[in-house]
Amino acid sequence: MIEYFKNNRYLILRRTTQAGLLLLFSGTQWWGWKLLTGTYSSARVFELFYLSDPHAVLQAMAAGFVMSSDALIGALIILAFYALLAGRSFCSWVCPLNMVTDLAKWTRGKLKLSGHENLIKINRKTRYWVLGIGLVVSWFAGIAAFEIINPITIFHRGIIFGIGLGWMAVAAVFLFDVLVVEHGWCGHLCPLGAFYTIISRFALVKVSHDTEKCTLCMKCKDVCHEEQVLFLIGEDSGYIRGACSICARCIEVCDDDALKFSVFNYKT
Amino acid sequence: MADKGVKNGRRKALKLMFRDIGLAGLGGIVWGATATKLKASELTLRPPGALLEEDFLKACIRCGNCVEACPYDTLKLADIDDHASAGSPFFIPRTTPCYMCPDVPCIPACPSGALDAATIPKEESHEKKAIPDVEKARMGIAVIDQESCLAYWGIQCDACYRACPLMGEAITLEMKRNERTGKHALLEPVVHRDVCTGCGMCEHACVTEKAAIFVLPRAVATGMVGKHYIKGWEREDERRLKELKDKKEKTSKPEDILNNWESLFGDD
Ligand code: SF4
Ligand code: SF4
Ligand code: SF4
Ligand code: SF4
Repeated sequence: MIEYFKNNRYLILRRTTQAGLLLLFSGTQWWGWKLLTGTYSSARVFELFYLSDPHAVLQAMAAGFVMSSDALIGALIILAFYALLAGRSFCSWVCPLNMVTDLAKWTRGKLKLSGHENLIKINRKTRYWVLGIGLVVSWFAGIAAFEIINPITIFHRGIIFGIGLGWMAVAAVFLFDVLVVEHGWCGHLCPLGAFYTIISRFALVKVSHDTEKCTLCMKCKDVCHEEQVLFLIGEDSGYIRGACSICARCIEVCDDDALKFSVFNYKT
Repeated sequence: MADKGVKNGRRKALKLMFRDIGLAGLGGIVWGATATKLKASELTLRPPGALLEEDFLKACIRCGNCVEACPYDTLKLADIDDHASAGSPFFIPRTTPCYMCPDVPCIPACPSGALDAATIPKEESHEKKAIPDVEKARMGIAVIDQESCLAYWGIQCDACYRACPLMGEAITLEMKRNERTGKHALLEPVVHRDVCTGCGMCEHACVTEKAAIFVLPRAVATGMVGKHYIKGWEREDERRLKELKDKKEKTSKPEDILNNWESLFGDD
């Protein structure tokens, strides 16, 4: 039992933050708590100020609308938080859809599909194209292009306000990940993940690797949903960079203490 | 030989690049078409203070703060099967109308500026507090289908008239002679579009199976005569005629149309 907690300590923490935040939002909708109001698109905190999704604000700008200061400042706070401190951790610690894509990964494992060849080949860089094209489409369609089809917010709103046919969008992501491409959505297509990856380059919180301790068991690459970021395993010591979402699964599965949280040193 | 290899490699890279750009373009077109289609939600009623639909769609970050602020649960964020762009707030008066809260809490809750108090004239007595006068909100216009309105049949019904928060102003009852019986009166409800807020209390109250009075967005329910029609019997409109004439005199020669280049970009 204790062993289980130890081996899943960050996973449990992540589920707690993901579910806990959703609970706070739902509390406002159903029991009038008012700690967090709205959704991740823009959330009012303690009825004092707003935090908003910088990617959504950016799309609105591309569409030709500069939001009022409440939303803008909220977006700047979030941008600064992830860019300076928390990196791409939104994806594994906050994003509600991550629970679905993690479930898809687990299901893939149970169905013994892991490691099998994907039904179609998609480049992991596609998400940056999706991010860029989304902004261009926002511009000429005059509407935040990703927000109107965004499965993350469809799911998020569904949890808080009740879901209608929106479950189909969530199911589509799940099935895509299980049957078509492993880590298909988060690892290949999601523009929000791409956005946070881009801004996370110099964030302070990083996972780091120590080759001296590594026994090359490669368990970390098995659990990682962005295994390309672990190219330095057993070869080089250093920070894990790029699309790492700091989910810390690798830290949990490493029996040799060769991976740990660390603070990014700008000089290296 | 080696030279040929390089050339082939380069050709292949170029080919791949064109393929990627092509795919991106294709994706952008499909996405753009979808976005434009999803935008066309003409029949949607927005909360009070909403910008004009075109701008509202750009501005709204789809956060749900207005929904949370509404004490009557009037507002709902659109799911993908609702008749509105996904995630944007709307209401269906037949289910729950807008009760026109005197403090209009949905407006200050909006962080993005999609609901903007400046679109509604302020209440005179509250001029300092800047509370918009909700009776001047323009969410839509009530329209009556006379064929299914009981009052037009000659049966006594004034449900909508009594439900209207602007009773006697937005809806009036016009007395007419009932030609069918020859001895009774008809009391026909008539909506005045300059006063009607589009709250939908009338639609909510209507006793027929499917409401005979219903709210449509202003852009849908109004026509436009065109500038060249002038009400000769109104002094205001007459002045317009004079202005038009003056303008004509100013640009009398054909080349002046080009010289007066500003007029090429606007209609007045
Ligand atoms: S990649 Fe996208 S869907 Fe996946 S966790 Fe990150 S933001 Fe959420
Ligand atoms: S005015 Fe009141 S009832 Fe109407 S939408 Fe706003 S909060 Fe709801
Ligand atoms: S509060 Fe404003 S931005 Fe948020 S959903 Fe309502 S209208 Fe849109
Ligand atoms: S929508 Fe109906 S109830 Fe509301 S102001 Fe107009 S006529 Fe009156």
